[in-house]
Amino acid sequence: MRHTISVLVENKFGVLSRISGLFSGRGYNIESLSVGETIDPQVSVMTIVTIGDDWIIEQITKQLNKLIDVIKVVDMTELDHVEREMVMIKVAPRQEDKAEVLRIAEIFRGRVVDSSQKTYTIEITGDEKKIAAIVELLKPMGIKEFVRTGKIAISREGIKRP
Amino acid sequence: MKISGAEIFIESLKKEGVKYIFGYPGGVVLNIFDFLHDEKDLQLILTRHEQGAVHAADGFARATGKAGVALVTSGPGATNTVTGIATASMDSIPLVVFSGQVPTLLIGNDAFQEADIVGITRPCTKYNYLVKDVKDLAAIIKEAFYIATTGRPGPVLIDLPKDVTSAKADFVWPDTVEMRTYKPTYEGNRYMINQAAHMIAKAKKPVIIAGGGVISSGASKELKELAEHTDIPVTMTLMGLGAFPGSHKLSLGMPGMHGTYYANKAIQDSDLLVAVGMRFDDRVTGKISAFAPNAKIVHVDIDPTSIRKNVRVDVPIVGDVKKVLQTMNKVLKEEVKEQWGEVRKAWLKQINAWKTERPMSYEKDTDIIKPQYVIEKIHELTRGDAIIATEVGQNQMWTAQFYKFDKPRTLLTSGGLGTMGYGFPAAIGAQFAFPNKLVIDVAGDGSIQMNIQELATAVINKLPVKVAILNNRFLGMVRQWQELFYQERYAHTKLEETIPDFVKIAEAYGAVGLRATKSSEVEPVLKEAFSIRKTVFMDFVIDWKEKVYPMVPAGAAIDEMLFREETKKSEKKLKAVK
Ligand SMILES: Cc1ncc(C[n+]2csc(CCOP(=O)(O)OP(=O)(O)O)c2C)c(N)n1
Ligand SMILES: [Mg+2]
Repeated sequence: MRHTISVLVENKFGVLSRISGLFSGRGYNIESLSVGETIDPQVSVMTIVTIGDDWIIEQITKQLNKLIDVIKVVDMTELDHVEREMVMIKVAPRQEDKAEVLRIAEIFRGRVVDSSQKTYTIEITGDEKKIAAIVELLKPMGIKEFVRTGKIAISREGIKRP
Repeated sequence: MKISGAEIFIESLKKEGVKYIFGYPGGVVLNIFDFLHDEKDLQLILTRHEQGAVHAADGFARATGKAGVALVTSGPGATNTVTGIATASMDSIPLVVFSGQVPTLLIGNDAFQEADIVGITRPCTKYNYLVKDVKDLAAIIKEAFYIATTGRPGPVLIDLPKDVTSAKADFVWPDTVEMRTYKPTYEGNRYMINQAAHMIAKAKKPVIIAGGGVISSGASKELKELAEHTDIPVTMTLMGLGAFPGSHKLSLGMPGMHGTYYANKAIQDSDLLVAVGMRFDDRVTGKISAFAPNAKIVHVDIDPTSIRKNVRVDVPIVGDVKKVLQTMNKVLKEEVKEQWGEVRKAWLKQINAWKTERPMSYEKDTDIIKPQYVIEKIHELTRGDAIIATEVGQNQMWTAQFYKFDKPRTLLTSGGLGTMGYGFPAAIGAQFAFPNKLVIDVAGDGSIQMNIQELATAVINKLPVKVAILNNRFLGMVRQWQELFYQERYAHTKLEETIPDFVKIAEAYGAVGLRATKSSEVEPVLKEAFSIRKTVFMDFVIDWKEKVYPMVPAGAAIDEMLFREETKKSEKKLKAVK
């Protein structure tokens, strides 16, 4: 099963490689990883999306906790939480598809952040399903480039999954 | 008053109570070596290879329980420490290793003798540091010792750029270490401990498996109390040998691949395993899916990642073994209050039957030297009062099987990594810690050649370390596998033609060399060696055909053992068919 794990770490040199080294060294999978500072500049938060059965996820959580620079590990999948990811998609549609591309972007509440004679660049934020859906629709229009931030997640206050 | 980084280094180590640094010099650590030159209280022991330095620090640590310290130069000096660090890491041994580094401004430039040792050792240290500012140095050293020696111990590396050792700062030694991210759990969960105690009370066929964690937490007394009070037999992993007296009537010896018949039988038949300070290594469990099929498992360990990593666990207890066992013993005595004597009778009788059915034994010979005989004689002559190091291979397994370790910290052996070349430098480190103890490295003719240069270290420091080489002219353990599983095709395991004369080597370094080629010479050679206060190499020319039995083939369940007698018979049968 896919898990989204949020890891608070000391914002120190080498921490990212300790975490990625843990995953590669032990043969765990990383589907996406995003890092950024928190409000406290000494602390960073990493959101890691990984796949594994309960046994592996338990090991991953424990191994992360064991790293000296890790402050806290939360398996978001066990909590009610909100997940988002941003993607930017550069589309190069044929003349007759241009209007359709803009329509699709609008339906998905995307924004055109750049355009040229031949391309539109659309920014979309959403969860997995939404992103998968827009990609599906834009594919036939000619996607030229595609970048994504990796998922970030935050727990919903006061709600615990039963 | 401001002092240099090199002086801060020295003052900090003194504050930590360090007496010996095992090391090797080079360009970027010259500032430190220069200050060490005049030091009386802090001695640098020059080894002849950086790997030797780290193993010596490791041997010192295993024998004392204190952190071992090593100091090496950048680049090749640093990379030479990696095997030693990984060895310590696998066996949870506290080390603080200092490596020199090129000056801060040159880092990343592929400077002369630059190696990214922090990157290289990240997966095999508990933690590591690159010191960028001399003002942080004292606090980092304090923290490093704290991390190395607390929780599940392990090696820590500190990389010291040359300019940091010359830059000046005030020496401020912190009183305490406070880390928000590192807080090992020492007290076990009381509810879980109660659970475990009640399971012990109910169990008909319990077995305790004790590992190295019992030794590192100093819990031998508590373990003995538990075993004796509840009449539970105890098996000790390779790392756990000495945690419980090997000569105790409840001892089952070692389990696993080369474990005793009765330890493996007991585990497989048991209804409750109480695993303390061990991590269910594959050499212990054999085929996981067939391991202890009927047993509930109580697992006590300070490292939560050890629990449920390899085997299912019914009662996990994260905590310091000593503290957990103290509580458990109390609960058993005050709350459970069972009378064990009758309850255990049938189980202990069964175990004794297994012990008589297949005791640890070997084919005695009056002429040719059997390696097991050498180990038995060493045990007999030392009365178990010695520190024994081993190399890796058959020599290591025979030592584990035939020397009865009664006390903790008397066996120094590379368990997790299985590092050939570990034993001799480790013995040197231990001899520094205990100058008046008999320290013996049981070696193989292959392994001893991996760090044989440390003869110089032993001789120059007048260390009475003894090395007993079980010389079978083979990389014996590998040969054993080739014999059993590769149709006797001895690819690159035969050393015969190129075995050096170990007696002459010893003499060339200024040590004493002795040799025994007949069974009757074993005892006189050992007696002579033990009576000389000098470094002695003993070359025991043993029966090369001897194998380590019992043996669980890789991937088999631990009760699917091969025994000497049966294997011999099937060999004969095979030959008859041919
Ligand atoms: C550094 C290292 N290289 C290779 C091995 C693999 N290995 C395990 S045992 C062994 C043979 C050891 O030979 P020797 O020291 O003569 O011991 P014996 O088994 O003959 O007692 C080898 C090569 C190892 N454990 N360590
Ligand atoms: Mg050999």
